[in-house]
Amino acid sequence: MSESARQLEDLIGRGYRHGFVTEIEADTVPPGLDEDVVRLISRKKAEPAFLTEWRLKALRHWLTMKEPHWAHLKVAPIDYQAISYYSAPKSKKDGPKSLDEVDPKLLETYEKLGVPLHERARLAGVAVDAVFDSVSVATTFKDRLAAAGVVFSPFSEAVRTHPELIEQYLGSVVPYSDNFFATLNSAVFSDGSFVYVPKGVRCPMELSTYFRINAMNTGQFERTLIIADEGAYVSYLEGCSAPQRDENQLHAAVVELVTLDDAYIKYSTVQNWYPGDAEGRGGIYNFVTKRGECRGRNSHISWTQVETGSAITWKYPSCVLRGEGSIGEFYSVATVNHHQQADTGTKMIHIGRDTRSTIISKGISAGQGQNTYRGLVKILPSAQGARNFTQCDSLLMGGRCGAHTFPYVEVKNPSATVEHEASTSKISDDQLFYLLARGIGEEDAVNMIVSGFCKSVFKELPMEFAVEATKLLAVSLEGAVG
Amino acid sequence: MGERESSMLSIKGLSVTVDGKPIINGLNLEVGAGEVHAIMGPNGSGKSTLAYVLAGRPGYTVTAGTVHYLGQDLLALPPEERARRGLFLGFQYPVEIPGVNNVYLLKAAVNAVRTVHGLPEVDAFDFLGLVREKMKLMHMEDSFLSRAVNEGFSGGEKKRNEILQMLVLEPRLAILDETDSGLDIDALKVVAAGVNSQRAPDRSCVLVTHYQRLLEYVVPDYVHVLVRGRIARSGDRTLALELERRGYDFIAGEAA
Repeated sequence: MSESARQLEDLIGRGYRHGFVTEIEADTVPPGLDEDVVRLISRKKAEPAFLTEWRLKALRHWLTMKEPHWAHLKVAPIDYQAISYYSAPKSKKDGPKSLDEVDPKLLETYEKLGVPLHERARLAGVAVDAVFDSVSVATTFKDRLAAAGVVFSPFSEAVRTHPELIEQYLGSVVPYSDNFFATLNSAVFSDGSFVYVPKGVRCPMELSTYFRINAMNTGQFERTLIIADEGAYVSYLEGCSAPQRDENQLHAAVVELVTLDDAYIKYSTVQNWYPGDAEGRGGIYNFVTKRGECRGRNSHISWTQVETGSAITWKYPSCVLRGEGSIGEFYSVATVNHHQQADTGTKMIHIGRDTRSTIISKGISAGQGQNTYRGLVKILPSAQGARNFTQCDSLLMGGRCGAHTFPYVEVKNPSATVEHEASTSKISDDQLFYLLARGIGEEDAVNMIVSGFCKSVFKELPMEFAVEATKLLAVSLEGAVG
Repeated sequence: MGERESSMLSIKGLSVTVDGKPIINGLNLEVGAGEVHAIMGPNGSGKSTLAYVLAGRPGYTVTAGTVHYLGQDLLALPPEERARRGLFLGFQYPVEIPGVNNVYLLKAAVNAVRTVHGLPEVDAFDFLGLVREKMKLMHMEDSFLSRAVNEGFSGGEKKRNEILQMLVLEPRLAILDETDSGLDIDALKVVAAGVNSQRAPDRSCVLVTHYQRLLEYVVPDYVHVLVRGRIARSGDRTLALELERRGYDFIAGEAA
């Protein structure tokens, strides 16, 4: 390693900035998982019988399943009986009806995170649903959305107000038996967001959910369901953070998206869960199942993710392209630093005629991080004229990290077109020196090069979040070059 | 050449090795404010090494000598600090930086200088106006504004971009490393006009070049011939013409 590379190695990584703990009284179920715990969760949420039964079915199925180990990840054993499956901030009433009723300490937490529910959200024109541990604490802009006919509420509330939609769509994209973590989620999920955009409605603002894990030894199992009815449009963003703790914490979420004819869902994620310290202690295990189904003709689902956090990330936001002429997109930036590991990518399942998909994946590895792109493009016999374009680029910083690419392609229809491009590069000394010679400091120079590398993904993010994502990337990779 | 009152750059006894191999061997050079110096020499004589050492590129080891720039110890400063204090290197082979917008880089560079001088960042609108004005001088198309740094640029476009950056940054000392190589005659005239527009009593320029062609358009105050890492001969513009006539061999022979 050259001297400059060593200096840069020393600069790698500044402390995690969202690692504070909020002192707040919480209602937490003792660790462990059995049918009683599932019933308790369901009862706490006053759920209808169909949902309790669905959870129990999931639990029974889960008990027969084995943790998957096919990913390119090293995972310390997880004791599922040592996790508490429900934790809610205690509130005097059943739940906050308006922002005034929300515990000021909670609001302060979101303020620290840069998600003030009051003013900034209003200025930004973004409706925010904030999920703290397992419970949704506040949803802004409800009235304005209601006027447009858009339902945007905590999942548990939607179970009460729109049980028929929940019953119809829950598990219709990710069935309770789907995979180990999704099945666990189906049994114990506690809250999340629900969105329904009715026929022909263009959602008047960006919708956003902010997830935060606060309590110790809890898992977060949120469930998000978004339905865009015929001709509807919605753009949705989730952000995530967690306090700094020495233990690993489990986050096993499920997101289901459904688009009917001509509908469009744009789903963006900026994931900044605590990644663990420089030695690899602690951090979130982010094992998430995200899938969208383009059920209707000419419908469109677009996933954009910026993954900078978590000790381990295991997620494959996918699209089932059932409707004729439907479009699936996946834009991803995944960074790993220190001992972080990511195994992420997408699945594009082409079922309908003339379906199209685009995959742009940018992986950045620094420190001793391991970054894996894993993708599946599957063209079924029915998908006449289907097209896919995949581009996977990896950027390496330093000599101790790794980038791996596993693109799977299955084509069962000869009329399909599938393109794959891949590249692996390093930040070159030439690029770095060029910027230094223009008076730009080393860290800024690296950030500039990395942001440039990620540009084709960042431009898919809503404007204000693109700025945030750029900053986040800068923090998580500060000074890392090779 | 003796010390001048208004010294821009003063190099004394400079020796440089790359991977242990000596490239520059006891080089002396004095550049006064307002002067244009041309450094010529055969391939491998150490011209580009000199340019890189002055700009602070890692990988070059100074084994002896001193370099003072505006009275400060230049070698003690990291490369970005040299740039912020007004030293500019025009690259022989400018790199491509995908996804980083030209104007964005220019603005970041200008703001880096301004921050050092305690000035506020430039106004985005005014700045764009300034860039457009300089672009006109360099015969650059508007599409340049939306393109990434040097990405997909032709050789000539890259060189013109270097000069554009210089015009916007307004350095005290510009070191142009073979900015003329690979340019056709029209592009060469444009580049020369750009360099000439920068000539001022408080600013200096070091032109590193293999051929005297550029010097027809940018007339230097001094010409130096570098041979085996040392200045073998200095003179005025006529030295360049003599070189053109007789080739480098006659000086190399003298220096041996």
